[in-house]
Amino acid sequence: MAKVTLLEAVNMALHHEMAADENVVCLGEDIGTNGGVFRATVGLKDKFGFRRVMDTPLAEGLIGGLTIGMASQGLRPVAEFQFQGFIFPAMEQIICQAARMRSRTRGRITLPLVYRAPFGGFIHAPEHHSESVEALFAHIPGLRVVIPSSPARAYGLLLAAIRSNDPVMFFEPKRIYRTNRHEVADDGQALPLDVAFILREGSDITLVSWGASVNETLLAADRLADEGINAEVIDLATIKPLDIDTIVNSVRKTGRLCIVHEAAKSFGVGAEIATQVQEQCFYELKAPIGRVAGYDVTMPYYQNEQYYQIHTDDVVLEVKKIMERSA
Amino acid sequence: MTFTSKSAVTQVQYLDDEGNVVQPLPAWADDLDLLINFYKNMVLVRTYDKKAIALQRTGQMGTYPSHLGAEAVGIGVGSAMAVDDVYVPYYRDMPTMMMRGASMAHNLLYWGGSERGSYFNRPDGALSEDFPICVPIATQCTHAAGIAAAFKLRGERRVAVTSIGDGGTSKGDFLEAINCAGAWQLPCVFVINNNQWAISVPRAIQCGAPTLAQKAVGAGIPGVQVDGNDIIAVFDVMKKALERARSGKGATLIEAVSYRLSDHTTADDATRYRPAEEVNDAWKREPVKRLRQYLHHQGVWNEDKELAWQSECNQQVQAAVEQYLATAKEPPEAMFDYHFESLSEPLASQREQLIEKAMRMAGGEHG
Repeated sequence: MAKVTLLEAVNMALHHEMAADENVVCLGEDIGTNGGVFRATVGLKDKFGFRRVMDTPLAEGLIGGLTIGMASQGLRPVAEFQFQGFIFPAMEQIICQAARMRSRTRGRITLPLVYRAPFGGFIHAPEHHSESVEALFAHIPGLRVVIPSSPARAYGLLLAAIRSNDPVMFFEPKRIYRTNRHEVADDGQALPLDVAFILREGSDITLVSWGASVNETLLAADRLADEGINAEVIDLATIKPLDIDTIVNSVRKTGRLCIVHEAAKSFGVGAEIATQVQEQCFYELKAPIGRVAGYDVTMPYYQNEQYYQIHTDDVVLEVKKIMERSA
Repeated sequence: MTFTSKSAVTQVQYLDDEGNVVQPLPAWADDLDLLINFYKNMVLVRTYDKKAIALQRTGQMGTYPSHLGAEAVGIGVGSAMAVDDVYVPYYRDMPTMMMRGASMAHNLLYWGGSERGSYFNRPDGALSEDFPICVPIATQCTHAAGIAAAFKLRGERRVAVTSIGDGGTSKGDFLEAINCAGAWQLPCVFVINNNQWAISVPRAIQCGAPTLAQKAVGAGIPGVQVDGNDIIAVFDVMKKALERARSGKGATLIEAVSYRLSDHTTADDATRYRPAEEVNDAWKREPVKRLRQYLHHQGVWNEDKELAWQSECNQQVQAAVEQYLATAKEPPEAMFDYHFESLSEPLASQREQLIEKAMRMAGGEHG
C-alpha cells in the first residue's frame, strides 16, 4: 500500500474517480498542464485530456457558474479555486445559485458538484492566501462543507464528495498538504459524509477539531495523557451538516469539551458546536466549554503568523484550565 | 508585429415601424402561418402581462416584472430554439419560457410565491432541463457557458441560450461568460434584451460603447445588433446564431434593441425618472402592432381574426389564472424536502419542529 501525503491522496482520488466515471471533469485556473499551483491535479490532463481537465480563464465567478451549468447536465465537475481566499468573487454563484438550485426547482435540477480550495495559514504565504472561513459556507443552507485532516480521509471524503448529488465545499488544509505520509489504499472506498471520526478514545475531556489543527490536538492529547488526563479526540471532518450526535455522546461520557479551530473565534463553527452541546447535555457538563481558536483579527503577514497559529501548548493549557474549573 | 481588428455593428431590420418591408425577407418568412403563429403568441403574452399586473395590483400575486414591449424578443428567441436546447432565462423572460414549455400558470405560480413555478416540462412532455428564472444579475450567463461546455464535451449538437438585460451586461459574470465562450468556442447564444432602462438608469449611463453588441469583439465572438421590435429580424438572427453554434463554430452575442414600455416591476414607478414623450415615442415602434400591420398587408390578418384571437387569449389567460388560484399551497415542510438529496438528521429534526409549528398556527390542523 502506497504511503502518500494529503496532497497526493487528493490527486489519487481525482485520478480514481475520473477513471471510474466519465462524467467527472475537473476545471480551474492552472489545473491542466501545470497540475494546479499545489500540484493537486498533476497528471490528470495527460491521462484524461484537456476536454475533461479544463484550464479556465482567470475568473473565479466564472468557475463557480460554469460548474453549475455542467452539473445541471449530469457532469460531476470538480472545480479548484487556487486558494480559499480567492473564492470570494464566486460567492454569489455559490450562495445564490449552487446552494439553492435543487430547492428552487423542486428537485428538477440537481447539482452534483465539488468546489475544492486549499485553505488555512502558516505556510509563509502572501496576503489573502491564508483564509479559514469555513463558517461562512457552513452558514449557507444547501451546501455541504467537508474538511479532511489526513491523507486517508482526504482520499475517502473526496470520493464521497464527488459522488454526492449535492454541492460540496471541499477545503484542503494546505499546511499539512505535504507534512505527513500515511498508507492509503487506492481502492475507491469512500468515507461517509456527515460523520465525525473518533480518532482517540478518552474519558476525561472531549477535544473536537478539524483540518490541520487536528494534528496539534492529537499531540496535545498525548501530552495530556502523560499528565494523567485522558482526552477523547474527534475529527469533525464534515462541518455541515454537523454530526452533533457523535460529539454529544462523547461529552456525555467525558463531561468536558474543548473545541480547537484555526478560524477566528467569534461567530464560528466552534460557537455552533458549543451551543448545540449545551442545548443537549448542559446538565452533564462538569465544566464550561472551552475554545482554542484564531484571534478575531486579520491574519498577520508571515513574520508574526506563528503567534496567531494554534500550537500544542495552547490546547494543553486550555484543557488544564477546563479541568481546573470542573465542578 | 501589429494586430488590427476591424468591427462594425449595424442593426438588422426587415420591418419598419409601420410593418413595411425594408429589405428582402429571408426565405423562411414566406411561411405566413409561422408569422401568424408568432403574432398570436405575442398577443397572448401581452394579454397575460396585463392580467399579471392586475393580479399584483389586487393583491393576488407578488411583485411582477412586465415584459411589455419585449414580446418580439421572447417569442422570436423561444421559437427559434430546438426543443432539446437549454434555455437559461433572466426574470423578464416569460415569453421565451412559455415557448419552451413553462406555462402562464407556471409563471403565475412563480411570481405568486411558489417554487413549483420552476418545475415544468418541455413542449414534448419530457422534464425540462431549462433553468429557472434568474433574479441575481448576470449569474445565469456563466451557467449557459457551463451547459454549453457539457454539450461540447459530449459531442451533442445542442445549444445553450441565455438572455440578459442591458444593465446586466455591465456585470463581470456576463463578460466572464462571453469571454470563456469565445476562448472555448462554446455552442452558446447570449441574447441581450436592450430595453434601454436598468430600473432607472438609462442605457447611455450603463456603458460608454455605442452598442452592446460590440462587447463581443473582446470575447472573440460575433456580435450582432437586431431590431428587437421586429420579430422577423430577431428570429432570423437567432436562427443563424443557433445554426452557427450547432455546427461547431461557437458562440454569438445578439443585442436586441427594444424598449421597456412598462415599469421595471410592479414595485417601480417609471414616471419618476422617464419622460412621457420618450415612452410615447417608443409606442410607435412596438413589436405587436408592427407584425399585425405586416400581416394585414399580406392579406392574412384582419379585424375579425384579431377580435377572435383576443377573445381566445382572454380565455386562455383566464384559465391560467384560475389554475393558479386553484393550486393548493405546498405543505410547509416542502421547504425541507428538496433541500438535499436526502434529509440529514439535523434537518429531519427541524422538519418535525416546523410541522409542529404549522399545526400550532393552524390550531392543530395540518393537511
